[in-house]
Amino acid sequence: MSYTIALVGNPNSGKTTLFNALTGSNQHVGNWPGVTVERKEGQVQRGNQLYTIVDLPGTYSLGALSEDEVVAREFILTGHPDVVINVVDATNVERNLYLTTQLLEMGAKVVVALNMVDEAEDRQISVDEKALAQRLGAPVVPTVASRRKGLDQLMQAAADVIERPLNGVVRLSYGESIDAKLAELQEFLVKGDLTYPPGWLGVKLLEGDTYVRKIVRENASLQSSEEFGRLWDEIAAQEDDWQLEIVDRRYQFVSAITKDVVQRPGTAVQTATDQLDRVLTHRYLGLPIFAAIMFVVFQLTFAVGQDLLGDLMATGMGAFGSILERVLVNAGAPDWLIGFAGSGIIGGVGAVLEFIPLIVILYLLMGLLEDSGYMARAAYVMDNIMRAVGLQGKTFVSMIVGFGCNVPGVMATRTLESRKDRMIAVLINPFMSCGAKIPIYLVFIAAFFPSYGGLVLFSVYVLGILIAFLMGKVFSKTLFKGETSHFIMELPPYRLPTVGNVLRNMWDNVSGFLARAGTTIFAVVSLLWVLAVLPGGVEPYGPESILGRIGLVIAPIFGPAGFGNWQAAVGLFSGIAAKEAVVATLGMVYAGVEGGAELVGVIREVFTPLSAASFMVMTLLYTPCAATLGTIRKETGSAKWALFSALYTFAIAWVMAVLIFQIGRLFGLS
Amino acid sequence: MDYLPLISLHSGETCKIGRIVAGRSATKRLYEMGFNTGAQIQVLKNDRGPLIVALCGHKVALGRGLAQKMLVGKVR
Ligand SMILES: Nc1nc2c(ncn2[C@@H]2O[C@H](COP(=O)(O)OP(=O)(O)O)[C@@H](O)[C@H]2O)c(=O)[nH]1
Repeated sequence: MSYTIALVGNPNSGKTTLFNALTGSNQHVGNWPGVTVERKEGQVQRGNQLYTIVDLPGTYSLGALSEDEVVAREFILTGHPDVVINVVDATNVERNLYLTTQLLEMGAKVVVALNMVDEAEDRQISVDEKALAQRLGAPVVPTVASRRKGLDQLMQAAADVIERPLNGVVRLSYGESIDAKLAELQEFLVKGDLTYPPGWLGVKLLEGDTYVRKIVRENASLQSSEEFGRLWDEIAAQEDDWQLEIVDRRYQFVSAITKDVVQRPGTAVQTATDQLDRVLTHRYLGLPIFAAIMFVVFQLTFAVGQDLLGDLMATGMGAFGSILERVLVNAGAPDWLIGFAGSGIIGGVGAVLEFIPLIVILYLLMGLLEDSGYMARAAYVMDNIMRAVGLQGKTFVSMIVGFGCNVPGVMATRTLESRKDRMIAVLINPFMSCGAKIPIYLVFIAAFFPSYGGLVLFSVYVLGILIAFLMGKVFSKTLFKGETSHFIMELPPYRLPTVGNVLRNMWDNVSGFLARAGTTIFAVVSLLWVLAVLPGGVEPYGPESILGRIGLVIAPIFGPAGFGNWQAAVGLFSGIAAKEAVVATLGMVYAGVEGGAELVGVIREVFTPLSAASFMVMTLLYTPCAATLGTIRKETGSAKWALFSALYTFAIAWVMAVLIFQIGRLFGLS
Repeated sequence: MDYLPLISLHSGETCKIGRIVAGRSATKRLYEMGFNTGAQIQVLKNDRGPLIVALCGHKVALGRGLAQKMLVGKVR
């Protein structure tokens, strides 16, 4: 049998690092049922005992303010973990213990991992862990998660607590009047036969916890009691005062402990973080520095990910394609199978694999920025600009993630607390030009603007950002009015990034991508191929095929934008399935090849510089791919929003493309 | 003690949290992050964009709108 250990802690306490250090590569990522919060699990083998570690979301509290908090406390109360490891930042004990007190209120079996003791020492903060353990009634183990120190002792302490029955829960006092009310409540709640500990329910009721209120309100046996009804009304009248009083009492409990246990130097030690922040968050320098950093990130991504490794991958795929074809021919395989392997698999899935290096590099660099602590500063310096368009700084982080792929981009909006911010961030993310669109731009650049490649690509990205800002503004004035959201964000100290964290973060993003390439993208590419060769007897990828006929039907829509031919329409159509499929499809319908010089040649004949520009803008802005739409549906919890996103992006893209083409023509361009 | 909004403090000044008059959930979030009554904070930056304050030696960025609603008492 395996024991279950729940891992809880404040954001930035080093919880993820500890989880990775404990479980290594033995991890599994999923979702909590019904919500979009990520569920991470990992296994640890110690002796002949197996432990399952469940990484709960990082939170400051275990109330009902966010899905994260509810998920965490539900698991602690009803998931029956054998022990809860609470990661406490040794440099920030005064605030981290707030969460600990709530664990104690829940009656959880707690082991405290006092993390970052190395940093505490650097800052001359001393924590008496023996005294702390005694006051909390829970073992305290010092750790340095980033250097794997103290892990064994931590697991040992957890194992000991599992074996040993809980002795004497530490009780908090909330002051006379609240304590009395709690005792009164308790009598009823015990009779209510609820799945949660009655003591905890009582505290949460007085705190005005919406979630607990609902549970109690729906409990028939409680609500039938007249006496309870009276108590209920009394609570409702006073809960605003009690709520903050209870929070205050928890802090008093904490400060009574930390006063004796934590010693800080009289004057705060000047740290490298302060020096760095003076420059990186400077009122004038902050933004240019951020822009420069982003510029370097993209340069590196393109230089290494696209030009070097991507081309290598493409050559490899090409070689693999011809070998595969030879093998199939030699084996006497039917023509359709050879065709399918060539255009379907190599053309489609191959195109996906070719830009894996780009995504790898981009997410490695983003991981570095994240783990070093800079990403929080990026959100900080962007807040001003974002606020001007009705958004907030943190939204920009999800936008940057979208430059790799919009699927993780949309998922990154989870860090936004208010629904307004979150919905807008989700809806504008597709305007961030994802990695899969780059090959499309490159074909058109090669055909028409070979000497201005960098500038054109840059303009495309900037246009995407501007449209995102514009739509953000529009949405915040129309669909999601009101609820101005506040900006509260911790700026963690700068640290040298941990290799493991950076690699893990990259892998989480890239593996999701690979999984999609192997399933969704493979499926849609196969389907496209089938549409291109049916009905039997027609020229594959010709105007008579089903794909061609679809193209013929939709092509007139794009007439005003300057590319009203069926081939272009087919290319765009395939992009709704997956943007990776566009170049391969264009190649097949225009030139009977999967890309390369022939395609560029044909494009040069069929398009003009102006219609090329409008086609690129269309590509940039129009309907996101199926995988992104699926993610939007999941994250917003409604198919309606996914449909809305598909349609409104198309409308915007069409309008922009038409504007560019028509205005260009007015000026005599062609 | 006289309370004034946090936003009116200059960088380098230290104060104690008195009262927060923001919305219910924002107030609770601030409380739970450590901005509870009596907590001592130092303003590190207050020029453009969100303020940066130090709370127990850790930095937190607070939007200007929020800083307007946090009433504090100066400490010297
Ligand atoms: N010095 C030091 N840094 C640590 C320690 N544990 C984690 N870190 C670093 O702290 C940062 C935040 O850690 P992370 O695990 O992402 O925090 P989380 O938000 O709680 O998941 C990362 O840069 C880690 O490398 C530690 O014990 N000592």
